[in-house]
Amino acid sequence: MFLKNTVAAIALTVAAGTAMADCGISEGRVSIVGNEFPAIQTVGAGAMACATDSVEVSTNLTADHQTINLPGMQGNPAEYTSAIVANSSIVALMNEDVIRPLDDLIAAHGQDLKPNQIVTINGQAMAIAFMANAQHLVYRSDVLEEVGVEVPTTYEEMLAAAEAIRAAGIMENPIGGPYAAGWNLAQEFNNMFLGYGGQHFEAGTAVPNVNSEAGIKALEMMKALSEYMNPDYLTHDSNGTSAEFRAGNMALMHMWGSRAAVLTDAEGVPQEVIDGFAIAGPMTVGGGDTPASTLWWDGWTVAKNISDADAEATFKAMMNGIDPTILSQDGVSTQAVWLIDGYEPTDAAVGVFEAANSGTAPYPMLPYMGLMHTALGAELTDFMQGNESAEQALADVEAAYTAAAKENGFLQ
Amino acid sequence: MKHKTFFWFFLPTAMAMLIFIAAPLVSVIMQSLFLPHEAVLIQVENCGPFGCTQQTSIDQEATQALRDAAPMGRFAGLEVYFDRGHLATAEVAEAWRTRESLGAFFGELGNLPFYRAMAFTLTYTFTVTPLLIALGFFIAVGVNSVTRQIRGFLIFFSLLPMIVTPLVGSLILFWMIDARGILGNLLQYLANDPDLSLKASTPLMWISLIVYGIWSSAPFAFVVFYAGLQTVPQDTLESAQIDGATRWQQIRYVLVPHLMPLITFVALIQLMDNFRVFEPIIGFSAQAHATSLSWIIFNDLGGETRQLSAAATTSVLTVLCVAILLTPVLVRTWRDFKGKA
Repeated sequence: MFLKNTVAAIALTVAAGTAMADCGISEGRVSIVGNEFPAIQTVGAGAMACATDSVEVSTNLTADHQTINLPGMQGNPAEYTSAIVANSSIVALMNEDVIRPLDDLIAAHGQDLKPNQIVTINGQAMAIAFMANAQHLVYRSDVLEEVGVEVPTTYEEMLAAAEAIRAAGIMENPIGGPYAAGWNLAQEFNNMFLGYGGQHFEAGTAVPNVNSEAGIKALEMMKALSEYMNPDYLTHDSNGTSAEFRAGNMALMHMWGSRAAVLTDAEGVPQEVIDGFAIAGPMTVGGGDTPASTLWWDGWTVAKNISDADAEATFKAMMNGIDPTILSQDGVSTQAVWLIDGYEPTDAAVGVFEAANSGTAPYPMLPYMGLMHTALGAELTDFMQGNESAEQALADVEAAYTAAAKENGFLQ
Repeated sequence: MKHKTFFWFFLPTAMAMLIFIAAPLVSVIMQSLFLPHEAVLIQVENCGPFGCTQQTSIDQEATQALRDAAPMGRFAGLEVYFDRGHLATAEVAEAWRTRESLGAFFGELGNLPFYRAMAFTLTYTFTVTPLLIALGFFIAVGVNSVTRQIRGFLIFFSLLPMIVTPLVGSLILFWMIDARGILGNLLQYLANDPDLSLKASTPLMWISLIVYGIWSSAPFAFVVFYAGLQTVPQDTLESAQIDGATRWQQIRYVLVPHLMPLITFVALIQLMDNFRVFEPIIGFSAQAHATSLSWIIFNDLGGETRQLSAAATTSVLTVLCVAILLTPVLVRTWRDFKGKA
């Protein structure tokens, strides 16, 4: 698969290399690894356009990017000269020290960047962000109208709306959320936990702090929501919930901004789903002010273990990938909430903008957050299935996290 | 064969085994004994699209100095083997001391990742292996007794589950047993329960995984037994028929004893394979209900922070468990071998 993608990418490069943009690169090697969704594919294609006879550009865009980007950047020279990351996945690259500071390259070639695109860590620019993302509510306006319920702004209202829809006999399981065991379930917990004002760690340390009142309330709310979900919810990631929504089986769904715009574009979606589809901001919970969601950015980095010439070529190619002119391409402006100069928000962006404006917390960029996320994903399923209490599940999370954090040198 | 000839004959194999089996094993064992260095943490200011915050980060220079001083990491000995993610000796002892009943003790054990994985893995291994051997055997006997014209077609048909890539095979079944899939819907109709979901119930998920395991591995047993059936001495079979043995008696007293070495062989291979059950758990998205040691390794390596020491330790434990599991079969084979010699 990996090899096939690479070969395909190189073949594309060769094909595209003949009549493409001049990015001002004299020579060098550019090799990009990243996630695959429409906005990232656009950026990858923009970078590919820089390929010439002396400049080799290839991309490997795959959902498995985060398991291959680190090994692919640890060699010297690194296989990947750039990794497209998010605020969660940059941490793993930072932890292993495989990406380089970009200050010199920004000074030389990055004049067009807006200041808020530059991600600095300890005063050094480490990534260039090009889009923002967040999870928020999408819903069926026609169904809500039918039962006479306002668009929910809190999770409590969402429960009430779901009960009304069920009572009216319209849908048996009107709520959807990516609750698949593993990464997704852990992320839903993070959202809810932050919404209740929880902090994952004791301030300034790697000591876990999820077994708290906020943690228990978060789990209880998730359990209450799951009563209105398809019984298979522990196997549904956002692909699974998207399919259910498209089939008209859901009326209220927690969804990623980067997927919301194209949600009803698939073939065979019933007309009432297309017409009733609407986007709202993220919801609050338990009377809190901060939405139960997290803010994300996606951006690119440059590998440390490569020659200066390759680093420069990579920087220039990636700058071409996020050039403001891509926004004029068909459909690109709705693919994401771009941080690029000249972006005008579309209707599809309302959820993410609402999230940013209402003070949603960014996903924590802590060196040990990945271990916490893994522990949450593995240990919360027992509670969701009703096999153990919330306190026990959270105690298990802390125990699993503590063992992993000790192994990785974050806790003594 | 002369010793010298044997040496040169065996040398390439020995080299390959050394490079591809022994060396990785040594590397994994080493990795399980060492831990990454303690991270030197500092408070830094992070800025990005959503403003600036004070956050904890790793001091790269200080950490790099530690790494240069001791490239292997911190020596931990068997510490990781006994921590909560693995054998969890302290937790097990605590659960035993504070147990209210034996059931509650096993409940506590099921809360620890290693024992939870073992519960499913052993159940899976010891139900799938005998059932797939039985099924494979009966398919082989069945195919062997139909007329030659349709035998080729039947063999191809019976081999299909093995030809299909395990992950793809499990995904196909996963979609079929979905509450909206063809089998899931049929079961709801038969049970007259519209809320019945195979994926939401642990026992039903285990049964689905076991059925998948038998389905995907039976062809292997079938091929081996079918080949073995071609070597059954016809005169023994004919004399049994003349003595008035029924079809069942022929199978029981002629075919099964003749195929016994092959049954041992298939049991050996399948015990090993089934203990490392992995693809169906991923394909069925079953980790909420069933985990295995292989799945734990995958999970440790698949997170945003890779846990190499933890994964290496689980790998070594897997090797040890397979060795323990195979001991009875190996001892038996050794006895047979000695008996013949």
